Amino acid sequence: MTQTKSTPGGRGTLYKGREGMWSWVGHRITGVGIFFFLLVHVLDTSLVRVSPEAYNAVIGAYKHPIMILGEIGLVGAIVFHAFNGLRIILVDFWKQGTRYHRQMLWAVLILWLVTMVAFSVRHLMIFFEGWEGF
Amino acid sequence: MTATNSEATLPAQGIEAPRSGRIDPKYLRSNPSKGAFEMWAWLFMRISGAALVILIFVHLWTNLMVGDGIHQIDFAFVAGKWANPVWQFWDLTMLWLAMLHGTNGMRTIINDYAEKDSTRLALKSILYLAAAVIIILGTLVIFTFEPCLVDESGALLEYAPSFCETVVN
Ligand code: HEM
Ligand code: HEM
Repeated sequence: MTQTKSTPGGRGTLYKGREGMWSWVGHRITGVGIFFFLLVHVLDTSLVRVSPEAYNAVIGAYKHPIMILGEIGLVGAIVFHAFNGLRIILVDFWKQGTRYHRQMLWAVLILWLVTMVAFSVRHLMIFFEGWEGF
Repeated sequence: MTATNSEATLPAQGIEAPRSGRIDPKYLRSNPSKGAFEMWAWLFMRISGAALVILIFVHLWTNLMVGDGIHQIDFAFVAGKWANPVWQFWDLTMLWLAMLHGTNGMRTIINDYAEKDSTRLALKSILYLAAAVIIILGTLVIFTFEPCLVDESGALLEYAPSFCETVVN
């Protein structure tokens, strides 16, 4: 990659212009989202030290249909960040990494799709089986 | 040909090679000792990231994909998991690595977008304070957790997990 600017129809560089940049934007947005989720998640888990009733009441919100969709979104963000993070690690440490970074991004997207279809089907099936209505 | 020709290996006389270290300090963005920290931070992001894949995927698997999935999660479920030191240690490692990784990532992002020194300092202070509170709170919760709560008469509370019956009586 010796090109320094991304020309229309050109190959861009490792980072600027094409896939490299969009995957970076996606990695950054998912990272921030997961971080804020984790802050809230440790707070809600800490309710086990307040009382069983308090914990069960708050965690019950995770079983609402809207939250079920939210969980699919959250897991989608984690799985993308995780797979793309592994790709970044390979680009940095594997000798052939920079050469195959584009192919690896396709692998990330395909693996992401497969994982998310499987996760969503399982999560929704469990949800509908045990759902007691609103 | 063992004799070296010093003339031939030298670059053009009188012109300093680029990046030869003699850079006017006013063009330096930071002091060199910061470079070592950034290098360790860079490496930490990759090592913690690789570990977090396993830690988080197993966490999601045990809590959402097996058993009753999302419906099983309640006080008794948490009590059941933390009765096992393996899961205590698992959650502790996940808590520390995810928080340090996430906080360092947020630090990078603040450095990228906040241009004024005072804004950067303010945002980073809030970030580090929040991270410290969450890490300490999460750690205390894992190790001070009491699964078999009883009322004044010594009877188990109704939410207690079933294994408590053998512990209390
Ligand atoms: C919707 C998805 C999730 C559910 C339903 C869930 C549920 C739980 C539950 C029930 C616990 C209590 C202990 C245990 O089961 O091990 C817990 C603790 C924990 N979870 Fe999750 N979790 C989810 C996603 C995540 C994610 C994505 C992360 C990491 C970024 C995470 C990090 C943690 C940590 C660090 C703890 C320990 C908290 C503490 O020390 O107080 N969880 N979670
Ligand atoms: C699931 C496993 C994970 C992997 C493999 C992973 C991997 C990575 C990698 C390789 C980077 C790039 C670091 C760099 O450019 O120097 C990164 C950045 C980041 N990660 Fe993760 N990470 C994971 C989980 C998490 C979690 C749980 C959080 C939130 C608590 C998080 C938040 C971030 C943030 C905010 C950034 C900075 C993004 C940026 O600078 O654009 N990551 N991650």
